[in-house]
Amino acid sequence: MEHTVTAYDQELRGLAGKIAEMGGIAEHLVGDAVSALARVDEQMANRVINEDRRLDDLQREVEERAILIIARRQPMASDLREIVAALRISNDLERVGDLAKNIAKRVIAINGTITHKRLMVGVEHMAEIALEQLKTVLDAFSNRDDAAARIVRMRDDEIDALYTSLFRELLTYMMEDPRNISQCTHLLFSAKNIERIGDHATNIAETVHYVVTGTAFTDERPKADTTAMESIESDD
Amino acid sequence: MALVAEKTSAHPEPFETVRTPDENPRPVKVVARDVRVIYGSKQALHGVTIDIPERAVTAFIGPSGCGKSTFLRCLNRMNDTIAGARVEGDIRLDGRDIYEPDLDVVELRARVGMVFQKPNPFPKSIYENVAYGPRIHGLARTKAELDEVVNTALHRASLWEEVKDRLAEPGTGLSGGQQQRLCIARAIAVSPDVILMDEPCSALDPIATAKVEELIDELRANYTIVIVTHSMQQAARVSQRTAFFHLGHLVEEGPTDHIFTNPLEKRTQDYITGRFG
Repeated sequence: MEHTVTAYDQELRGLAGKIAEMGGIAEHLVGDAVSALARVDEQMANRVINEDRRLDDLQREVEERAILIIARRQPMASDLREIVAALRISNDLERVGDLAKNIAKRVIAINGTITHKRLMVGVEHMAEIALEQLKTVLDAFSNRDDAAARIVRMRDDEIDALYTSLFRELLTYMMEDPRNISQCTHLLFSAKNIERIGDHATNIAETVHYVVTGTAFTDERPKADTTAMESIESDD
Repeated sequence: MALVAEKTSAHPEPFETVRTPDENPRPVKVVARDVRVIYGSKQALHGVTIDIPERAVTAFIGPSGCGKSTFLRCLNRMNDTIAGARVEGDIRLDGRDIYEPDLDVVELRARVGMVFQKPNPFPKSIYENVAYGPRIHGLARTKAELDEVVNTALHRASLWEEVKDRLAEPGTGLSGGQQQRLCIARAIAVSPDVILMDEPCSALDPIATAKVEELIDELRANYTIVIVTHSMQQAARVSQRTAFFHLGHLVEEGPTDHIFTNPLEKRTQDYITGRFG
């Protein structure tokens, strides 16, 4: 139902529109950063680095608008939750942009070709899932779909598990030939960035749940990133 | 056929109030069960059931004509003064039926004080405004005792510092906000248990409003307060529990924090977010 004051509706719609715009840019930056990595395309990487500024600007704009609405309307209940959600999600998306930018910077640092195409397959696969998670959760936000958000949250362990196996694989290559270390390190950090993008998708899923229900998820989320406990010798 | 028609007309749809209890429930001061108010042929209140907790502020919100003031006025039998008004159901203050025939209404209204929308001091001195109640209720035997009661009431109403040097001046000479606090001092001078407030800040400027709100927050340590307000923000700021009325029904009641962040009933949500059609 619409507000009695129509300008209030316009303000809230404007805020949601900005989030959708940020979501679109974030998805596209992540996709391009990973493509740039796969092809070691410096030109594309530079474009990602430049475009990330747009996300930073939008995040500031969302923040300013949200503060103005709070000051002007003293929002209550679902409106209040919506505004809190916009603030949180814009933060997450801004961070996703930073992580994409970081991958792009590594493309420039790699400075050459990736010798182990197989490794790139692993990274690309992770990125595919992370992007899908991001897309699904942004749709869940615009449709206020708690069930979809829940699925995103439960699926994050898939990315974590892929990251763990990629981590092991990269370690093996580094031990095989020290000349691989530089490249593998960049790939490892890129993979870590993608894993974090997945975490931000999970954050957004939790925000969607809050918008819809007014409560936080109470059950524990499955976790499959065990690299913090991994030791290098453990493989052979 | 006839049976169905009779059923629909004689038994209106049962109405279920949505309730969320406090996490740590407070003792109950006033118990209202299925309270109905009929003005002549018009039913203003359709079976309100609610527990009002002790030493806490309960806010009644809802659009004009929803029955919130009508219900408030039942709690000290103010509706008795309206010709043609009939109150049905059960209201108990500390377990005692306040509508039982041999109950002294004057004594009830001393225990359940009331503050109105427009400050209405008597056309008497500031001192007399506060002293009047204790005197007629025999709460002070000597002048010294009466002075003490007036002094305490003015202190509790956070008015003492502003009026201590002009107690003999007329109460009507004070500013609007001071007059309202004088009315609160007058209400608490007779040591009530419950204070009813019917939009106590709607005629005040923001600073006077803030002072009254600050006062309400202090008073709840000693009194049970029920406030009717049109300001949602005020209800959110001053109360611990909120009850939302609509079309003579109590739609939802629960902890204030809950009502204003995550109400369960759609009508509550629509009202507090400013979406009422």
